[in-house]
Amino acid sequence: MTLPQLFFAYFALSMTVLSLLIVTRKNPVHSVIWMLVLFIHIAALYLFLNAEFLAAIQIIIYAGAILVLFLFVIMLLNLKREETAQKYQSQWPISMGIALVFAIFMTMIVGKITVMPALGEYSVEAIKAEGSMMTIGKVLYTRYLLPFEIASLVLLVAIIGAVVLAKQRVE
Amino acid sequence: MLVPLSWYIILSAVIFSIGVFGFLARRNLIIMFISIELMLNSVNISLAAFSHYLQVMRGQILVFFVITVAAAEAAIGLAILIAYYKNNPTIKVDEINLLKG
Repeated sequence: MTLPQLFFAYFALSMTVLSLLIVTRKNPVHSVIWMLVLFIHIAALYLFLNAEFLAAIQIIIYAGAILVLFLFVIMLLNLKREETAQKYQSQWPISMGIALVFAIFMTMIVGKITVMPALGEYSVEAIKAEGSMMTIGKVLYTRYLLPFEIASLVLLVAIIGAVVLAKQRVE
Repeated sequence: MLVPLSWYIILSAVIFSIGVFGFLARRNLIIMFISIELMLNSVNISLAAFSHYLQVMRGQILVFFVITVAAAEAAIGLAILIAYYKNNPTIKVDEINLLKG
């Protein structure tokens, strides 16, 4: 095993264990904290894949915004009663079966991929010459300008929706 | 290319299926939301890996949009959860049956 493979093996193992910890903890706060550790691992994996911009927004948006939102909601709700309750629904063996079938199916299918499309123009050297942020910014603001605008519309809908849903009704 | 692409896809599939299990099996609505985030993240890993190995930028752009949609989804979902909790103080999915008829 070479050094990159060892690096990947550590990340794969720890990410699997962290995911299992996230879905099996009784206290949602513990789940969120393990999620934070998982997100930092994912950001490191993005760096390994030459996606520096993604690593940055993974930390800033996911760890900094979404997880804090989760923690806030857990704090707002009084979950004392829920913690003593049973963790899993009665049909949990079926769920485990579905998840296992999916994982085995995907693992079997992956080795069978033989046709690979032609390589694009954004090789490691090309990205390095221009800078990661510059490259992704150019692509985002020229070719994917309309999807980018639609993304801002999605965020606007989320803002208005959250305000409408959460505000007190005044008669 | 020292690490094969298939390793990333298998890692992504494993994390996705753990997310599926968490979503289907847990009773806590917040943990179900966290499982959805887990699934979105596993897909992001495979997109970034494809983007790197096929030397295209499309995968990274798609990850950017997935993160946007995930943020919107978390905000709306948790707002609905809080709005529901005001009337019926429970977050167990098997007790949330207002629309059962």
